[in-house]
Amino acid sequence: MEQTRDSISNIWGDRTPYIGKWPVRVDQQTNEEPDHWVQSACMLCSNGCGIDIGVKDGKIVGVRGRAIDIVNRGRLGPKGMNAWVANNSPDRLQKPLIRKHGELQEATWDEAMDLMVKKSKEIIEKQTSLGIGFYTSGQLFLEEYYVLAMIGKAGLGTPHMDGNTRLCTATAAAALKISFGSDGQPGSYSDIDTTAAILHIGHNVASQQTVLWSRILDRLEGSNPPKLVVIDPRETYTAQKATVHLAPVVGTNIPVLNGLLNLIIQSGKIDQDFIKASTVGFEELKKIVSKWTPELVEEVSKVPADKLRAAGEILANCTSLVSSALQGVYQSMQATAAAVQVNNIHLIRGLIGKPGCGIYQMNGQPTAQNNRECGADGDFPGFRNWGNKKHLQEIADIWNIEVGQLPYWSPPTHAMQIWRYCEQSSITMLWISGTNPAVSMPELARIRKILQKEDLFVIVQDCFMTETAKYADVVLPAAIWGEKTGCFTNVDRTVHISHKAVEPPGEARPDLEIFIDYSRRMDFRDKDGAPLIKWQTPEEVFEGWKGCSKGRPCDYSGMSYAKLSEGSGIQWPCNEQFPDGTPHLYTEGKFNTDVDFCETYNYDLDTGAANDEETYKLIDPHGKAFLKGTDYEEPHEVPDEKFPLWLTTGRLVYHFHTRTKTGRSKALQDAAPDAYVQISEEDAATYGITDGDMIEVESRRGKVTEPAKVGGIEPGLVFIPFHYGYWDDDSRKRAANELTLSEWDPVSKQPHFKYAAVKISKAGEGILHTIVEAFSTIKDKLTP
Amino acid sequence: MHIGHYIDLVYRTEKDLAIALTKVSVAHGDEPDVYQSCRLLARWSEKMEEDMKPFFVKYKPEKDNEPDRLTQTLVKDTRKGGMALLRDLHDLYLIASEVQACCTILKQAADGLRDKELLTTCEGVESQTKRQLNWLMTRMKAAAPQTLIVSE
Repeated sequence: MEQTRDSISNIWGDRTPYIGKWPVRVDQQTNEEPDHWVQSACMLCSNGCGIDIGVKDGKIVGVRGRAIDIVNRGRLGPKGMNAWVANNSPDRLQKPLIRKHGELQEATWDEAMDLMVKKSKEIIEKQTSLGIGFYTSGQLFLEEYYVLAMIGKAGLGTPHMDGNTRLCTATAAAALKISFGSDGQPGSYSDIDTTAAILHIGHNVASQQTVLWSRILDRLEGSNPPKLVVIDPRETYTAQKATVHLAPVVGTNIPVLNGLLNLIIQSGKIDQDFIKASTVGFEELKKIVSKWTPELVEEVSKVPADKLRAAGEILANCTSLVSSALQGVYQSMQATAAAVQVNNIHLIRGLIGKPGCGIYQMNGQPTAQNNRECGADGDFPGFRNWGNKKHLQEIADIWNIEVGQLPYWSPPTHAMQIWRYCEQSSITMLWISGTNPAVSMPELARIRKILQKEDLFVIVQDCFMTETAKYADVVLPAAIWGEKTGCFTNVDRTVHISHKAVEPPGEARPDLEIFIDYSRRMDFRDKDGAPLIKWQTPEEVFEGWKGCSKGRPCDYSGMSYAKLSEGSGIQWPCNEQFPDGTPHLYTEGKFNTDVDFCETYNYDLDTGAANDEETYKLIDPHGKAFLKGTDYEEPHEVPDEKFPLWLTTGRLVYHFHTRTKTGRSKALQDAAPDAYVQISEEDAATYGITDGDMIEVESRRGKVTEPAKVGGIEPGLVFIPFHYGYWDDDSRKRAANELTLSEWDPVSKQPHFKYAAVKISKAGEGILHTIVEAFSTIKDKLTP
Repeated sequence: MHIGHYIDLVYRTEKDLAIALTKVSVAHGDEPDVYQSCRLLARWSEKMEEDMKPFFVKYKPEKDNEPDRLTQTLVKDTRKGGMALLRDLHDLYLIASEVQACCTILKQAADGLRDKELLTTCEGVESQTKRQLNWLMTRMKAAAPQTLIVSE
């Protein structure tokens, strides 16, 4: 075994302080000496680190970071170094399963696929394809999303396609579309190398993207460290390093951001020329934020006025700025509106489209970007506008179908609505791939009830028997990372290829093969009678995708499997004009807002009402960015006498999502073996709670029991990590989403996981004591 | 001068809209977005009701004895289910359209009177009602295919 560093005890590794180019540090973890290495990228968060998979005798035996990769320069985080062992887990799904007499029983692929086709046809006969919905993932490959988009949008013609990307990155996409006219991150990770200031809002980057945080730590320890502003209600690892840490009350991002915008405008340090040449809406924005004095912000958000001024000072005076936002913004009240204010800070200061100036509207998952680009979710392929007839015709021409086959007559159905239609029996077949809604959706009791509905035919395509798969009518065993070839794209538009390193276990198949097989069995055809999906291999699909993306913001036309395999990661757009890719978008201050080019006709930030083409023509800024603001709206559920505390949920550094992979790595599981509830010292004293006590946490929707972890959080707020479900421990209710709310942002439709009103009490005696004992042995590892 | 007639009409239809929005939000509480958005839109309408009040002092109110033909018959008894949701949203759309029509008429007179305060208030009602109508249309468009084609 070779381990270059212990990533469990030293999460970010040793420092390599720098000025200029971020130095290389190759992290490696192998159980045996590989006989060869296979090029790939990591899928354990949205950072997208270049990785090599070590193979010996046809088995994965370890990983190492790719030194030449622009994202990580050889580094890997604890999840990247350890979670690959899940590939070799003995409990991988290896055969299709079909529910017979209430039990899931092994079946052949023919039996499973034929049953799916029979069901599909019956439903189409009775309900049209509006009876079929897809709930997919942020963890498939680009090629798989693109083929799935064709199956759903052209083969079936259903608007009911979305992914768990709705839970993690829908707001990122919405905010980018609203400000700049289309999806696509303006900046690059390399901006960290030179930036003078960094703003993290609702983004605990130290725990979520550990390698990106290593880059920031290395800058902070260098000779010209950037100033760091962190906005987070918890004192996270990230917050501990901040120059200024603002800890607003849950649900008050808009007051804080409006306050900061007001301070920046008041200071006069805005870029008047840029505002005039490249934006619309400044006067309106100025009017909206002008009432948010530091004193009013303090009253509403409890952020001290002096601290807000200190943060405003940094943001008004920095010569370059990198900002990032994640779930603390996206899963909160006024999510899209708040994410747009981050864009506004950059726009009014003219800090965009140049080195050192990046906005990372972060993704939660490694391939979420591709779902959005390819249109297997609520978007249309190539960031095309589903309201634009010309864009629809382009898609129809590329796919050689009649334009009427596309479901343009209805807004794409978002995930929460898809589940609602299932609940109401108007969707009767739900195909879930690569995600585990029985743990990750809000209000789990409701989700379990829907999954168990007699009249809902549930297909689950996954690599393990997840909490969701247990409720399926058909389970399809899927090949995963390392067992199939394909591409995916990270937050800063870097596209990586991930080559197949080993065979999948048993009869497990790549998702791409499963989708193509379904299309063939459904006999989906183009308008000339040829098969709709004309490809067999991932590379053929990629070539097809290049044609679809050409001329759009996410232009892949200059890439190829060969080119992606030569080096390590290329940032789109990559085409004839930019053959080596593009680190920054909008370098000329020209945005994608022109009526003929934009991905959306824009939305009302408060209601989510969509403009139509005619309305948009009246406000078409012809390439200028939109500055849109809004005033504060109180969260829908606030603590009261019965439920006096705020609950917020989030991630831990050692786990990803519902621990399907990370929970099967002994190193990661031992590092964070169980859920917990974090409460302040003050609240602990009030309730007579000490570290490790078992606590019942109850909301209007459900109840969980968790060991207590005292400290590191504001009074009145409790935190539960959302990773823990029931596949490895069903002795007690412990999933955070038993408690969360079924409601969502009006624009992005992203659910509000970040707040709920709860009450807490000490749990009863009995079996829980044994858990307390087990917990006391590991609780020292649960430092903030 | 009959301006009081239309001041009263704008005030009353706005009030009816607020009441109807609240009713629909409760009736369709199982649709979280409908519940939240209708409550938000109702708060907007209640605010506009207040903004209209000073003009009753400024101009002589002229109460209309005829019943509110539209707003009293629409959203009377809210119903449950997919089609009911679509019908209720459609009713709200008609009431909001009535607010818009009343307001446009009143604004013409406000212009003629060079009454800047009334004009500003009318513009406020107009742009707010437009946003309400936009939301209602967006939500109806989303619900229409599933309701008309698939729902039981």
